[in-house]
Amino acid sequence: MALRVLVAKVGLDGHDRGVKIVARLLRDAGIEVIYTGLFQTPETVAAAAIDEDVDVIGLSMLSGAHMTLAPLVVESLRARNANIPVVVGGIVPNQDIVLLQELGIAAVLGPGAPASEVVETIRKAALFT
Amino acid sequence: MTNSREQWEQQFNSSSLRDSSFKTMSGIPLDPVYGPSDGEFPGIYPYTRGPYASMYRSKIWTMRMFAGFGTADDTNKRFKDIISSGGDGLSTAFDMPTLLGLDSDDKMSLGEVGRCGVAIDSIEDMLDLYRDIDLSKITTSMTINSPAAVMLAMFVAQAESNGIPRSRLGGTLQNDILKEYQAQKEFVFPPRQGMRLVRDTIAFTSAEMPKWHSISISGYHIREAGSTAAEELAFTLANGFAYVELAKQAGLDVDAFAPRLSFFFNAHIDFFEEIAKYRAARRIWARWMNLHYGSINEKSQQLKFHTQTAGVSLTAQQPEVNIVRTTIEALAGVLGGTQSLHTNSMDEALALPSQRAARIALRTQQVIAHETNVAHVADPLGGSWYIEELTDEMEKRAEQIFAEIMEMGSGSMLDGCINGIEENWFQGKIADSAYELERTFNSGQRIVVGVNRFQEGNDEDDLAILRITNEDELKQRRRLESVRASRDTGKIDVVLARLEAEASDPTINLMPTLIDASNNRATIGEMMKAMGNVFGRHVEVPTI
Repeated sequence: MALRVLVAKVGLDGHDRGVKIVARLLRDAGIEVIYTGLFQTPETVAAAAIDEDVDVIGLSMLSGAHMTLAPLVVESLRARNANIPVVVGGIVPNQDIVLLQELGIAAVLGPGAPASEVVETIRKAALFT
Repeated sequence: MTNSREQWEQQFNSSSLRDSSFKTMSGIPLDPVYGPSDGEFPGIYPYTRGPYASMYRSKIWTMRMFAGFGTADDTNKRFKDIISSGGDGLSTAFDMPTLLGLDSDDKMSLGEVGRCGVAIDSIEDMLDLYRDIDLSKITTSMTINSPAAVMLAMFVAQAESNGIPRSRLGGTLQNDILKEYQAQKEFVFPPRQGMRLVRDTIAFTSAEMPKWHSISISGYHIREAGSTAAEELAFTLANGFAYVELAKQAGLDVDAFAPRLSFFFNAHIDFFEEIAKYRAARRIWARWMNLHYGSINEKSQQLKFHTQTAGVSLTAQQPEVNIVRTTIEALAGVLGGTQSLHTNSMDEALALPSQRAARIALRTQQVIAHETNVAHVADPLGGSWYIEELTDEMEKRAEQIFAEIMEMGSGSMLDGCINGIEENWFQGKIADSAYELERTFNSGQRIVVGVNRFQEGNDEDDLAILRITNEDELKQRRRLESVRASRDTGKIDVVLARLEAEASDPTINLMPTLIDASNNRATIGEMMKAMGNVFGRHVEVPTI
């Protein structure tokens, strides 16, 4: 069965170039992709991921709010007893990567990550469930 | 009948110059412009070679650095550093909640306060932001769109409370709502309601703020979102024509507002293509304003623009190399005849710029302006077979896109732009172009130094980057709380009720009431909510 991924923009950041490119990259790699659209909250992302029964959530973040919002998505999932791995992609300073992983984020993809690495990271994250 | 050189000479001779002679480093005297007597000249219709006859011989472009982070107080300090380092214009970056018209204590603002720009909730923050900066001397630009009318109202209110009348305020409001729906996506109200606020600001500023630029019609974000250069050019100018049609429909005389329209383009890494884009933009604007919109004032036909180097061309890998990219892009802006320029900092693929990185970015412009002599001669690449051909090609491609948009609007560019937004046409084109480019990076067909080639050194030490802490968010919320506690709530209720009532009558200009509300210390969130009760919200159908 094909892997299912929810890609999401959480918070107020409207930069959607990256999330759309990642969605298309994953789709071209044979992965089923669902895109939430803009301005989602941690709760709506968690609920959508459960409804859609996805294997992985990809959060696209550029505005610097990743330290606040990404862990809240993980918390929302836990509160719903869902164990869906969350991958963060975007502008994340190096020193935040370890912190995010400690807070339950499966992986972080930085700017310039090639398509192969994006697909590989998502596939690997799916195995953590 | 005088030839074009004679017309140019006449204008050039009446211009004031910043120096008495312009020579090469080895002393060869230079003409202000080169070309055949019957060819195109700067300052002469259709202005392909520049809006002014004397270009940078009269005045070097404005070095307008974009800044904003944390609280108004933090940003005020950065502004003062920019001014003391020789920057001569300010450009204000607002944080995400402010861009979306939300207060800092809104639930949706969590984690975003002061992150991407400065947080502004009320006139009190506006007063802090420009404290001890002489707004009658230094011009300021405010990069905000959905709540642009609110921000303009707060700006006027704070300046007037400091004794500077609105008529003396010079600056620019971005206020380009169409590209928000198309590209930047910081939208709030539906497109037609968004355009009503644009109309109100154009009408207000053309009547009361003669030195103010009511809109900065922006291709920058369209390009950053992934469009090609030709799409950036065409979508931007089409939006410009849409605003002209909007204002004309509102009964304004084209020559009363068009001279105050300004533009904002990207300077991407394809050097010659960018220069051709700027030249084509000036020519197209002049022709359309003359032939389609009946302007007779030449100022309405002269396209003036701000340039920012391409944020999207910056890499997180080996960030110092970004200084080189930015230099090349800035030079394209200058050779293309920009009126003002922002140069990105090397660390912007990592975080908001540090003070050191921002200063190096400004120094980059100063080197171009003062060391290289490239500003001595107007349109130095004009007449190059290559550049002229590329300029014509850009114009041709833009015209093809205009025809498509016009068709979507049954002959109206205004309706074409709005319908294209509602049908996701612009958004789809931009996403397609972005993905096509991405594939060339992934296949290795296009090289990005440090990203898909030449990676040695990628694992070297990190740059010291600017950290915004949660402390700023807490500080801002406490400040907002104290502003709310000290207001006359009765007055606030009355003015907000009036705003809501006026919003439901499209014949009323909302600016006076917004200024009134600002003076009473209504918050941005309160004013946006009052209007939103009438206008509703725009929701984009998510498409990949």
